[in-house]
Amino acid sequence: MVSRTTDDYEKLALAGCETICEPAFWAGFDRASAQGFYDYFRQITEYEPKRAARFGIKHYTWLCINPKESEDPELADDVLALIPQFLDKPNVLGIGEIGLNKNSRNELQVLEKHIQIAADFDQLILVHTPHLEDKLKGTRLILDALKNHSKITPDRVIIDHVEEHTIDLVLNQGFWAGITLYPESKCTPHRAIDMLEARSGERIWMNSACDWGISDPLAVPKTMLEMKRRGWSPTAIQRVAYDNPVAFMKQSGKFHLD
Amino acid sequence: MNTWTPPANVNLVDLGFMDSRSKLIDLAAFLDRVQRAGQEGDFRVAALKQAIELLAGDQPERARNILLSFSDPSTEPIPKATTQGAVGAVPPGQG
Repeated sequence: MVSRTTDDYEKLALAGCETICEPAFWAGFDRASAQGFYDYFRQITEYEPKRAARFGIKHYTWLCINPKESEDPELADDVLALIPQFLDKPNVLGIGEIGLNKNSRNELQVLEKHIQIAADFDQLILVHTPHLEDKLKGTRLILDALKNHSKITPDRVIIDHVEEHTIDLVLNQGFWAGITLYPESKCTPHRAIDMLEARSGERIWMNSACDWGISDPLAVPKTMLEMKRRGWSPTAIQRVAYDNPVAFMKQSGKFHLD
Repeated sequence: MNTWTPPANVNLVDLGFMDSRSKLIDLAAFLDRVQRAGQEGDFRVAALKQAIELLAGDQPERARNILLSFSDPSTEPIPKATTQGAVGAVPPGQG
């Protein structure tokens, strides 16, 4: 939400949103030093929860250096060293959104170091999968890296931005899958509902992309409306839009609704 | 959720036909536009035309198959990321 105006918090509150979780991600430009990340980690662990609270919304977050900035191994190591001191903050759910962007060797090494931090500190993991033509290859490389670590259990990892060609790779290996709703790329409401219907909505959550591109914080409630138009019962909508993310995030031990 | 089945009493054609019709005409107009401009040799246009052929399939796997057709089929990490963005189709010489 650091890329969004306060108006978006008001819209979310009006739509009935009670809680959000915000992954650590790109700043819209590459940060010049680890100090920039230190300030950013303070922003998402100290300031954003207060901004959300003004609208009655609880704010949770995840920590990492995002894959777009993982090509510089020295910078990545400096940022990775900052993360442990923030893990005890009350709104930190785990490590994320880690993953790959262009599927490079350096990105993969940084991903493996993030996985090690998650294992060392018993953290949940939120994974970003690459965009467009890079998604299938990147998803396979990410799943291999996760499975290669003996301490990582799939039920504590969510692989985000799945589409029709990657969702079953993720679910069939025991991981959670995230469907990101985004106007131009990633997924539309109807495609998301198609994927959910074909898989009974098990171990899947939906999220609204809220980033630097044209994106819609209300994409989840709009998809819930489409579910209703497609004949979904209130109970089924509740399970996918609310109960599933709650079930996953509660594993952190910090996630509370009250 | 294990026993849950999708609702069967909704007319999905009513819900989606006009939107799909509009998108299909937009796609046709795009191909006309790039052809008039002499840009149909672009690898992305070629990838799009190849993907369009998959619409004629008879299994409900069209979206998945089209996404696969746009995907990099290689399996090894690249030596170094020289860009941060993706273009939607595999560039010539990659994959």
